[in-house]
Amino acid sequence: MSLTECRTELSASHFPLNMAAHLKKRVYEEFSQVVQIPQEEAPAKKLRLSKPSKSAALHIDLCKATNSTDALQYLLQFARKPVEVESVEGVIRILLEHYYKETDNSVRLKIASLLGLLSKTQGFRPDCIVDDAINTLNNEKSHQVLAQLLDTLLVIGTQLPESPTVRQRLIEMACKHLSDSYFGVRNKCLKLLGCLGTVDAPLTKDNEGLGTSLGGVRDVQSIISDYFGDQDPRVRTAAIKAMLQLHERGMKIHEIIYNQACRLLTDDYEQVRSAAVQMVWVLSQLYPESIVPIPSSNEEIRLVDDVFGKISHMVSDGSWMVRVQAAKTLGSILQVSPHFLEQTLDKKLMSDLRRKRTAHERAKELFTSGEFSSGRKWADDAPKEKLDTNTVYLIASGACGAFVHGLEDEMFEVRIAAVEALSQLARSSPSFAEKCLDFLVDMFNDEIEEVRLQSIHVLREISTHITLREDQLDTVLAVLEDSSRDIREALHELICYTNVSTKECIQLALLELLKNLNKYPTDRNSVWKCLKFLGSRHPTLVLPLVPELLSTHPYFDTPEPDMDDPAYIAVLVLVFNAAKSCPTMPALFSDHTFRHYAYLRDSLSHLVPPLRLPGNGLDLVDSRCSSGSVESAQLFLQQSLNRVSTIQNLEAPGAQDLLNFTIRDLRRLGELQTELAGAADFCATYLRCQLLLMKALQEKLWNMAVPLCLKQNVTATAAAQQILEETYKLEFLYSGLESRQVATIHHVRLQAKALQLVLTARTRQGLDPLISSCEKFLQDIESFQRLFLAELPHLQDSFVDKLLELMPRLSSCKPVETVKILQTTLRQSGLLQLRLPEQIHRATATIIEPTGESDNPLKFTTGLVVALDIDATLEHVQDPQNIVKVQVLYPDGQSHMIHPKPGDFRKPGPNRHRLITQVYLSHTAWTEPSQIEVRLLLAYSSSSTSLSSASPASKLGWSDSIDSLPQPEAAVEGTIPFSKPVKVYIMPKPARR
Amino acid sequence: MPEIKVTPLGAGQDVGRSCILVSIGGKNIMLDCGMHMGYNDDRRFPDFSYITQNGRLTEFLDCVIISHFHLDHCGALPFMSEMVGYDGPIYMTHPTKAICPILLEDFRKITVDKKGETNFFTSQMIKDCMKKVVPLNLHQTVQVDDELEIKAYYAGHVLGAAMVHIKVGLESVVYTGDYNMTPDRHLGAAWIDKCRPDVLISESTYATTIRDSKRCRERDFLKKVHESIERGGKVLIPVFALGRAQELCILLETFWERMNLKAPIYFSTGLTEKANHYYKLFITWTNQKIRKTFVQRNMFEFKHIKPFDRSYADNPGPMVVFATPGMLHAGQSLQIFKKWAGHEKNMVIMPGYCVQGTIGHKILNGQRKLEMEGRATVRILFQLDVKLQVEYMSFSAHADAKGIMQLIRMAEPRNMLLVHGEAVKMEFLKGKIEQEFNCHMPANGETVTVTTNPSVPVDISLNLLKREMALGGTLPDPKKPRTMHGTLIMKENSLKLVSSEQALKELGLNEHQLRFTCRVPLQDPHSDPDTLHGIYLHLKSVLKGYTIQHLPDGTVMVESIVIKVSSSAEDPNTKVLLLSWSYQVKYFHLLKKG
Repeated sequence: MSLTECRTELSASHFPLNMAAHLKKRVYEEFSQVVQIPQEEAPAKKLRLSKPSKSAALHIDLCKATNSTDALQYLLQFARKPVEVESVEGVIRILLEHYYKETDNSVRLKIASLLGLLSKTQGFRPDCIVDDAINTLNNEKSHQVLAQLLDTLLVIGTQLPESPTVRQRLIEMACKHLSDSYFGVRNKCLKLLGCLGTVDAPLTKDNEGLGTSLGGVRDVQSIISDYFGDQDPRVRTAAIKAMLQLHERGMKIHEIIYNQACRLLTDDYEQVRSAAVQMVWVLSQLYPESIVPIPSSNEEIRLVDDVFGKISHMVSDGSWMVRVQAAKTLGSILQVSPHFLEQTLDKKLMSDLRRKRTAHERAKELFTSGEFSSGRKWADDAPKEKLDTNTVYLIASGACGAFVHGLEDEMFEVRIAAVEALSQLARSSPSFAEKCLDFLVDMFNDEIEEVRLQSIHVLREISTHITLREDQLDTVLAVLEDSSRDIREALHELICYTNVSTKECIQLALLELLKNLNKYPTDRNSVWKCLKFLGSRHPTLVLPLVPELLSTHPYFDTPEPDMDDPAYIAVLVLVFNAAKSCPTMPALFSDHTFRHYAYLRDSLSHLVPPLRLPGNGLDLVDSRCSSGSVESAQLFLQQSLNRVSTIQNLEAPGAQDLLNFTIRDLRRLGELQTELAGAADFCATYLRCQLLLMKALQEKLWNMAVPLCLKQNVTATAAAQQILEETYKLEFLYSGLESRQVATIHHVRLQAKALQLVLTARTRQGLDPLISSCEKFLQDIESFQRLFLAELPHLQDSFVDKLLELMPRLSSCKPVETVKILQTTLRQSGLLQLRLPEQIHRATATIIEPTGESDNPLKFTTGLVVALDIDATLEHVQDPQNIVKVQVLYPDGQSHMIHPKPGDFRKPGPNRHRLITQVYLSHTAWTEPSQIEVRLLLAYSSSSTSLSSASPASKLGWSDSIDSLPQPEAAVEGTIPFSKPVKVYIMPKPARR
Repeated sequence: MPEIKVTPLGAGQDVGRSCILVSIGGKNIMLDCGMHMGYNDDRRFPDFSYITQNGRLTEFLDCVIISHFHLDHCGALPFMSEMVGYDGPIYMTHPTKAICPILLEDFRKITVDKKGETNFFTSQMIKDCMKKVVPLNLHQTVQVDDELEIKAYYAGHVLGAAMVHIKVGLESVVYTGDYNMTPDRHLGAAWIDKCRPDVLISESTYATTIRDSKRCRERDFLKKVHESIERGGKVLIPVFALGRAQELCILLETFWERMNLKAPIYFSTGLTEKANHYYKLFITWTNQKIRKTFVQRNMFEFKHIKPFDRSYADNPGPMVVFATPGMLHAGQSLQIFKKWAGHEKNMVIMPGYCVQGTIGHKILNGQRKLEMEGRATVRILFQLDVKLQVEYMSFSAHADAKGIMQLIRMAEPRNMLLVHGEAVKMEFLKGKIEQEFNCHMPANGETVTVTTNPSVPVDISLNLLKREMALGGTLPDPKKPRTMHGTLIMKENSLKLVSSEQALKELGLNEHQLRFTCRVPLQDPHSDPDTLHGIYLHLKSVLKGYTIQHLPDGTVMVESIVIKVSSSAEDPNTKVLLLSWSYQVKYFHLLKKG
């Protein structure tokens, strides 16, 4: 009773304030009435006293409602709060009860919608209310409420997917109401049929008795397809959508509806047309090879071709929504015959490819002979010969010029869709790729940058199929002068992948790229890279150009070019890369070229390949290195690791030496073999951790009294700290780690923590901090055990393994004893062998801009800000938007961390990101210019990452992880610098007064 | 049969002085009122005497509709309204209304002030004429009078160009004016809904052209300009002040911006600046890109394009100049052309059509030596060697053959009428259209009559409909006819189908009950009530499924049939059975059995 009172007060407090004063009084007056009702329900309520029953509250509210507006208000309020699974049924009963009593349509409507909402409650099985819902449906008069009830039935039906009887009943209901005069009801019926219609219903080709025969007699599909001709466009749309829904649910759509669907393509209403496009497309995917007749002729064509023609026609539809739909759809009809496909790019080839093959040939000739003018030449539209007009149908022009239309559409959405479709089709058909090239190149000139960019990307994707002709290359290269950096870089990327046909093309490309370099010096790296690929792709085309490029002369010595000139470097990059696979080329080099080669090979090793040069001592080393393939390097890596694994048991300095050497070897290997850099570095760092640990443990002074070995303690503490740091680096800096490696890393971290604990115990006096850190350590072990349960078998005889054996003892004993145990275990445990994962990559970042070479300080007024452009490439960084930060270090030790905007990151390639951002600097006045340091940091947070990386299979939902798992360790957050710092010279000047 | 009559006064198998008379449903409408560029005499204006020999046009025309501001569509307007005399409404879109007077004024200046013609309309007349203009919005249905309504659709072509849908009752005509189905740099594509007009009057300037992709042309244009600039040459682009000029300006402006080019672009001043102002204002009439970006920057506020001064023509270094007029026949463009023609580095790009006899036409046809008139008072002919490059790029904003077909498909007309095009080219297109439906191409002054077959709409009262539905059960099928009872009332041009009761009420008539009576003599010895009861029982046994009542006042009711028994005075055994039924009742024969 007291509970209900509470409830009432609560609901009173929900009233709007202006009403509150007046209403509150009334509510209190009504108290006596209110209390009486729950008395009947008292036994049911007592069972779950802890939670006030929703149903009761609702019942009260609804009883209180004097008019429909009030009732509606209560229902609306009620809908805002969730209902527990146990009380759903009760609530539904109450709602239904009120439903029968209610006369107002809007309230009934709301109740009906609430029924649907409640049926969706997780864990609730709505089969108990099916009967009631159907019952209400039969007695309902209002069309709107009927529609809502059908919606509710749909929800119920989808909640009970495995109950065929319920489904059958619902379908019958839907069929019954299909003849309703209100479009909404018909809509919902069709939707219901689409979502619940059974796949296995028999197909009887019984076209009579449209409305009379229900359910099982006729196939769901034929019932739905009857409504393709409904008078209301919304119902027609719903019918098509229902059919599509059936298709999505795996039901095979019958081919007989094809003609109906095609007729809907010319519907007056855009939503019908749009849905019909999808419908026709589905049919084309189901029955691509079946043959359909062409109206007004006795010819037949494949269905997929017919569909392609029809959808192409829709690209010039009146509504842009339909156009987008049609353009998108075209891209996914890949089975279309090539000659139909090619038509889409030729606007002039008017029509009737549908009737006779010979006819198109003839038509083509006629059009090329000047029947139609192109508008590109003066007076070429003078009529020349009479065309046999019988062969040309202008209106039903089929696939002709679909893409020409699509690409010059008014709406850029259509244009983008067309470009995408073009790329999809081109990827599957090389000959089409060849043909669409001109059109794509034209799109480079679009007014919307997005479209331009998209078409460049598309061209890059299909560039494996094509070789650019000179004139095409010319137009492509013209875009190099674009002021948008994204466009230029996309284009550079494109040039990296293109094939060209002649040496003139190479020359042209080089010329334009140099022009680009001159105009936009910041493109330097991108341009060089571009030339690297251009050179290595076309060595034979570069060869005849070499003397000219290097301006060598058979008799005269030419002046030595400036080695710092980016343009000269660009030329050299092109030549050297071409020379790699063209051994005759170095003969054409002059002396200084060789010197420059040596220099560039050293300074820009990623752009200049190793060359076999005559009479050069270096080439031996280089060639061996280059011939030494990745496999041999891998082998070496594996051998080194194996060698290290033998020192398990070795005590003494021999082991340390071996570790030292191995680390050195690995580091060098990483430098030499870029493919293995990540793996080698990873191993080296791991071994370094082990080495440090070993050193720290091998201190002879462990047995000495504490005060005597203060110094050694300090080194050991430092080592522990360093190991911890290194483990974080290992965990977060490398991508491609498996949970086995993560476990190994965590294991080392645990060892380091144990070491720290032991050291604390030795140095610090006082028991309290020790107790807490002991407990913390025990927690760490537990969380380790939980996270890496699957990995524990691999960790036999390790530190953790032993600790877990001793766990019962550890958790009960005193801290001092714990420390003792730890100390011995730590010393006994050996090196855990590292298994190398398949692919391991180290996250790296290179700051391209600022270069840090400038001698001119960046001057600005103190107190104001100055923007510093930062341009950096990031490799192998996952999710850079969240974890990459920019740090600015001022000479006075101040440091700032800047979080770049997500929009500043671009993704030019797989595993590669580009950060182009601006960093705002400010400082108080300095007397003279000084350097600040800028670098990139990788932020990590151990809690989140370790969880997700440790259990990738069973990813926990956010709320679950919060509830069930206590935070295992205090989340360690930190940053790892992963780029070389760049120095920028700045000079804040005092403001002039 | 109702008819729609169409008579072109201009633009029939011709380009220029568009003026088409349409009479539809008893209304007369004039579509466009343009002038011909090629003539300087009376032939430049449409022959209004066709409408009436003397007097004003007001009483013969219900309205005048102007599709866009080009002079060949609106040039004769002040002449017609002020000099011939017309006081009715003139409809045009807002941008047309704004720009039209500027062009008219310019035209007037050239003819009167420069050529010294008299008997021409004055500035005041232009102003008076513009006062009669009623502005239209896109897709706004305007009621000219009770029956005539017009609706404007977007037509592309130039700023403010519109297609009009004219409707009287159920008959309708669509007039396209000039339109463009491919969007360009500043305007969108024409669009119309599926209005299924009886007649579609379409322009057919490019009836035999199917243009290549517009992008090729743009690219070629930009490439040529760019190359020429890089060589250090000067580029002359003769244009007409409005329309293409703005498109090309935007094209070059964005290109300059994208490519970071520095060479100056000039535009000859005067008229253009005023018009540009309107382009900035009527952003809603432009294309998607301009509409979406004008908040950041109005595309018509050019950064790189500056007004031209005569002295700039001699400046060294590369430059691009847009100069009027477009056919190089006079004015600034010709002056610049003369200066630059001698250098092969320079280039002239003709972006549109050139009339025969103009220098533009000559150089396009490859003539490299031109005879020029000197500027001195004495006429000296001298020869000009044309060394510069001559390029032609069609940037005309008319629909091509495919575009015309596309529009036809959009509107789905029943008849087609081609105007505004050369006869030979029209013939070709006509041949193609006629495969699908009727197509006409009247010459000037020739009348085309199209008979229409309009369906007659009838209002039906809701009650009647509901009653009918209650009877019928299933949904009405639009494909099947259905019979129903009702009364058709024809009153003041409107037709109404109502139930008979309502009809009576509305007409103030009393309802007359029509009852048939019949006497059946019967030999029966029983008394009257007994006989009646006997009949009642008999009927009950025979007519199962009918409601049969024995009423206390001595009658038996079978549904609505009343049966009474009366005995004749002479012979009590001879009973007369009185039957009475209303005319609707059909099942009388049932009673016979009794």
